Amino acid sequence: MKPDGVTGRFQRSREALAFPMIAYAAVFVGLSLLYVIGLSLMTRGEDFSAGVPYTLDNFARIASPLYLRSLLQSLRLAFFTALFCLLLGYPFAYFMAKASARARTWIMLLLIVPFWTNALIRIYGWKILFAANGPINATLMAIGLISRPLKLLYTEFAVQVGMVYAMIPFMVLPVYSAVERMDWAMVEASRDLGASPARAFLTVTLPMTLPGVLAGLVLTFIPSIGLFFLSDILGGSNTMLWGNMVHNELLKSRDLPFAAALSVVLLALTGMVILIYRRMGGRAENMVF
Amino acid sequence: MKKNSAWAGVYMALVLVLLYLPILVVVLFSFNGNPGRTANFHFEGFSLQWYRALFDPATGYGQPLRTSLMVALWSVALSALLGSLGAIGLVRRPVRRSILGRVGNLALTLGEQIAVLPIMIPEIILGIALMVLLTLFGIPFGMLSLVLSHVAFCVPYIFITVRGRLASMDPGLEEAARDLGATPLKVLTTITLPLAMPAVVSGCLLAFAMSMDDFVISFFVNGPQTNTLPVKIYSSVKVGVPPHVNALCTVMLVVVFLIVAFSQMLQSGKLRRQERRDNRDGRTADAQD
Repeated sequence: MKPDGVTGRFQRSREALAFPMIAYAAVFVGLSLLYVIGLSLMTRGEDFSAGVPYTLDNFARIASPLYLRSLLQSLRLAFFTALFCLLLGYPFAYFMAKASARARTWIMLLLIVPFWTNALIRIYGWKILFAANGPINATLMAIGLISRPLKLLYTEFAVQVGMVYAMIPFMVLPVYSAVERMDWAMVEASRDLGASPARAFLTVTLPMTLPGVLAGLVLTFIPSIGLFFLSDILGGSNTMLWGNMVHNELLKSRDLPFAAALSVVLLALTGMVILIYRRMGGRAENMVF
Repeated sequence: MKKNSAWAGVYMALVLVLLYLPILVVVLFSFNGNPGRTANFHFEGFSLQWYRALFDPATGYGQPLRTSLMVALWSVALSALLGSLGAIGLVRRPVRRSILGRVGNLALTLGEQIAVLPIMIPEIILGIALMVLLTLFGIPFGMLSLVLSHVAFCVPYIFITVRGRLASMDPGLEEAARDLGATPLKVLTTITLPLAMPAVVSGCLLAFAMSMDDFVISFFVNGPQTNTLPVKIYSSVKVGVPPHVNALCTVMLVVVFLIVAFSQMLQSGKLRRQERRDNRDGRTADAQD
């Protein structure tokens, strides 16, 4: 397209329409994040404030066993969440895309209802299930597998189950849309040319659905690090996610610069993951469905 | 494309059972006749007592529900405006060769990236960033702070949905209208906006769901008198397991199910009409893509 002429002028005047959105995002997203970074370099002041002198002390404080342990626990939980979501969600999305149109409508309906239902509610159901006198323990005791209730609630196991549960739609939906868009003729061609089903899957289907898988991995990994309410409800004080640390420093210790520093660490981690995602060809479009 | 085997059906059914297990537990216990006011998982006959407790004004869910709905409606309306105009402005950008033009293009790209950032970074970071920014600006925490914050994360959903739709649109349609003498405003209102409308609507639905569902960001920016529904649920669920929450969850599930079923019905109805039209025109439904 030529940049000048009627169309060019038209296109240029049209870009002005994006100004309100960009200005809004620049202030409420860009500026606010920069402000957090600024705060992380300041010293704690009186009554929930921050001021000079500028310092790196906040980051030095993070390099202690307490915070490193929390970071490792968060990363481990997030990693296994993404992994289990992939292992459980990929086959589901794959079969779903191959189902008949009528079955697909129903499965989509059944999948979207929990997705649109508040995460707190869904987590709350697990709290009942895992309770010492809850249904899981009652069943296990009734069939005589255990004689005393297992401690399920307020363990890392409970948090892991809750996380996979809360995040799995974010894997299924992008993978599903990737499988659905895939050209099946390619798979058939590889089968006709003698590839085994496993080989056809690994060399044709998987690479073609990789954009969906990558989006799903990012969408399940990153939020898992910050889900402080999930570990509050299912993990009690035994699981301190990075999100819990930030939350506690901000609202309990009311240490603004230190909470900001903890956020900056999470932001840097997120930035790295997104950079890798972009480098591998991922796009923001694959994250909205 | 090959059909699914029976095992695929079994697998999908199993995953769906797991997906609904905690939800069914919540629904079941909402009808528990056990009069215990806290965690009591012994099921004692059918009763509507928790629904009575839920709708009792003393339990106090009326105000949070009203707040959530008002915040969602306002934020979706504002984000629809910002996001749709943003998408129209940024979808097809002219190539610029001059230095100034390149800088301008770079600024627009950066602005676009910042606008979609909220769907990629953990909610807790955006929540804290908005909290400190609103404090810096001296904006009181309440309705206004909630709407301003929700707009920040609702915009990307609408922007990405609408941009996707516009990118797949034939640019010739707009050029033809221009060549035939329509003013830019006329092109916008008679060609671009009507074509983008389905995407605007589905983006708004998604943004509405996200706003109603949001807990983390609301948690950081709500005022003492303005709890949203998820914030209220969190404060009830965190300390104990009050049984009326089961009733609340059941009501919310029913509402979500009805909305999703309705929109699915609309979609499949449209699909069927489309297929009929295609068959009448002597094409097969498969030829659509």
